[in-house]
Amino acid sequence: MTTELRATDGRAPDVFSTDGSVPMRSFADSETVDFAIVGTGAGGGVLAAKLAEAGFSTVAFDAGAFYRPLSDFASDELEQEKLYWNQERISGGSDAIEFGSNNSGRSVGGSTVHFQMVTLRFRPEWFRSRSLLGYGKDWPVDWREMWTYYDEVERALSISGPVRYPWGPKRGRYPYRPHEVNAAGMVLAHGAEALGIDWAPCPISTVSAPRGRAHPCVYRGFCKIGCSTNAKQSILNTYIPRALAAGAEIRDLAMVGRVETDAAGRATGVHYQRDGAWHFQKARNVVVAGYSIETPRLLLNSTGPAHPDGLANGNGLVGRSLMVHSNDAVWGVMDDEIRWYKGPPSMAVTEHWNYEDDKDFHGGYAVMSQGPLPADFAAALVTHTGAIGMDLRHKMALYNHMAGLKIVGEVLPDLRNRVELSDEVDELGLPLARVTFGYGENDRALTRHANGFMREMLSAAGARDLFETEGTAHLMGGCPMGFGPEDSVVDRNGRAWSCDNLWICDGSVMPTGGGVNPSLTIMANAARIADRITEMARAPS
Amino acid sequence: MTSPPRRYPGYDVLDKWNSASWDDITRDVVGRRLHDVPQRRFFDQDEWATLQALCDTIMPQPERADPIPLAPFIDAVMAENRTSGTRYAELPPMREAWRRGLAALDAEARCRTGRGFAELALEDREAVLKRLDDEDVQAPEWQDLPPRRLFREIFAKEIVRTYYGHPTAWSEIGFGGPASPRGYVRLSANRRDRWEAWEAEEDLK
Repeated sequence: MTTELRATDGRAPDVFSTDGSVPMRSFADSETVDFAIVGTGAGGGVLAAKLAEAGFSTVAFDAGAFYRPLSDFASDELEQEKLYWNQERISGGSDAIEFGSNNSGRSVGGSTVHFQMVTLRFRPEWFRSRSLLGYGKDWPVDWREMWTYYDEVERALSISGPVRYPWGPKRGRYPYRPHEVNAAGMVLAHGAEALGIDWAPCPISTVSAPRGRAHPCVYRGFCKIGCSTNAKQSILNTYIPRALAAGAEIRDLAMVGRVETDAAGRATGVHYQRDGAWHFQKARNVVVAGYSIETPRLLLNSTGPAHPDGLANGNGLVGRSLMVHSNDAVWGVMDDEIRWYKGPPSMAVTEHWNYEDDKDFHGGYAVMSQGPLPADFAAALVTHTGAIGMDLRHKMALYNHMAGLKIVGEVLPDLRNRVELSDEVDELGLPLARVTFGYGENDRALTRHANGFMREMLSAAGARDLFETEGTAHLMGGCPMGFGPEDSVVDRNGRAWSCDNLWICDGSVMPTGGGVNPSLTIMANAARIADRITEMARAPS
Repeated sequence: MTSPPRRYPGYDVLDKWNSASWDDITRDVVGRRLHDVPQRRFFDQDEWATLQALCDTIMPQPERADPIPLAPFIDAVMAENRTSGTRYAELPPMREAWRRGLAALDAEARCRTGRGFAELALEDREAVLKRLDDEDVQAPEWQDLPPRRLFREIFAKEIVRTYYGHPTAWSEIGFGGPASPRGYVRLSANRRDRWEAWEAEEDLK
């Protein structure tokens, strides 16, 4: 991990070069900026670019390093652990969540630097799942509004996707043509066709044709540990360059520890640690975009005279209703050589069970093809089957014949699943997050259904010696947005009910998780929040 | 099965070292793994002996004169306190979990056989690990440590990640290995680019 400040002295890394830089506007700590944004991932990165483009003075902080993919990202699983939030979090509850590489990024660009690029939209009804489908919560946002922002971010990321997408309302074409589906994806396709259900090439955030200084995807297959060719369209190589060009400052290796508030309860700026010292940046507005663990952790640690239980936590909901996706999988051995290390890991998808409501549980799930790298797959094998020794070596020698299907399964919000502060502190003196998580009955019914379905599908595709793994993916919730201060932390625009110049803009505001990967929804929501903030600022008061 | 897999004879990812599949940062990172094996800094002599025996049980390499080093890299993770982001509530912090876990494993072996874990033959070491996996332990050193979680999610996970993070293991399983800037062209089943491993047909079943 680099500990070298790279966004400093008016320069920031040029992410399309091996060692170049671009000019960057710099603000003094004593200068009261319009927006101090904590986090530069799917939420904070989009917001920083759009607010800077709207003319606001903007400083965005990230606890992680500012990488240049071409020279910093190795084709090596162990080296690339530098991209994850590997600082300890205490994880308990009946189904304790795995953090680190599983769901948490720590670099400029956030988790999008190592996401698997799956960019699916929510089903429209999910924005009113309580009213229309009888479970979860309604979003205070209309699906048609969200869909205009899905369009916007899909263009911004040049998503490659199929001409015809089988599920949901009609939509325009994806900006880039679909990629050829790899052998691992065709296993899903053959299984779906055998069972008579739809499948599609997965819309993914890696370019299928040149774009600016990014070359088309070369199918090297290391997407989950950082793309070294810039084909992947992450926040790091899309919105961050936009933010810098528009005059935002990015502060890398800058860990925000506390949001300061005045006697009236309004935010005045952020305390951050950088280069071995604590600093204070003054700001007219503070946006917290640290994702579902760090956002509640920061708010709970930001007590003040008007916020004795943590910032925006008057109703005790900060850190509550933390969600994951169930990420169970079925794996099997094929006679064919699949060589699933080639190409992005999930090139084929079926959303059949997201759009089919005749089932014995609430919510839905998407099924995707898989292509784990060797150390990752070996870890899954040993932790789930207990296989060791020569037995494990022989199982791993079938690596090129393996195929797998994995779900992104909707987990219902539950107040008991939460983030709190522990009594232990980290090396900066900040309390560690203590997380409690357990599945509910509905969540278990969903994974039972999914495992049965995936077994059927994988068998139909010709796989044998099936085995299952369980696990979680993604984080959502923790600071949900809602219709009123009694049952949510922020309003529909991401503004805290109890602090009118504090905003939250990341996955933590999601009231429900849906059955798809959340990054596209987080980005679309951030693009929407940026426009609402801009409109409000311009409206005559 | 006691003989090692031999599915990809003659394939060595390191043959691509100077090809378009390997870039500078990857050569640097993997080169250090191959040539700068860390010295023991964290574990003491007894812990080290138990750790080495544990590595030899989970990833045995009897056929190799020059086996993939595992214990030194795990020691380095501990020395540098490179945590994984998750501390399960029922486990102590990483370094303490390994120290106490290795001591409990050794104590369990003594309890069962009268000899230390490192002094046992492979099949006896496997039998002790099976006890951990079945949560059937007797040594008082376990206290509140959960044996199965410790065995699978702390010990075994780290050891297999270290093994399959090494080029020799990539060659063993026919993985393409590093692939930047050159990736792959042929993505469909049973097709391979000329820089990918060739699978021996007699080993297919």
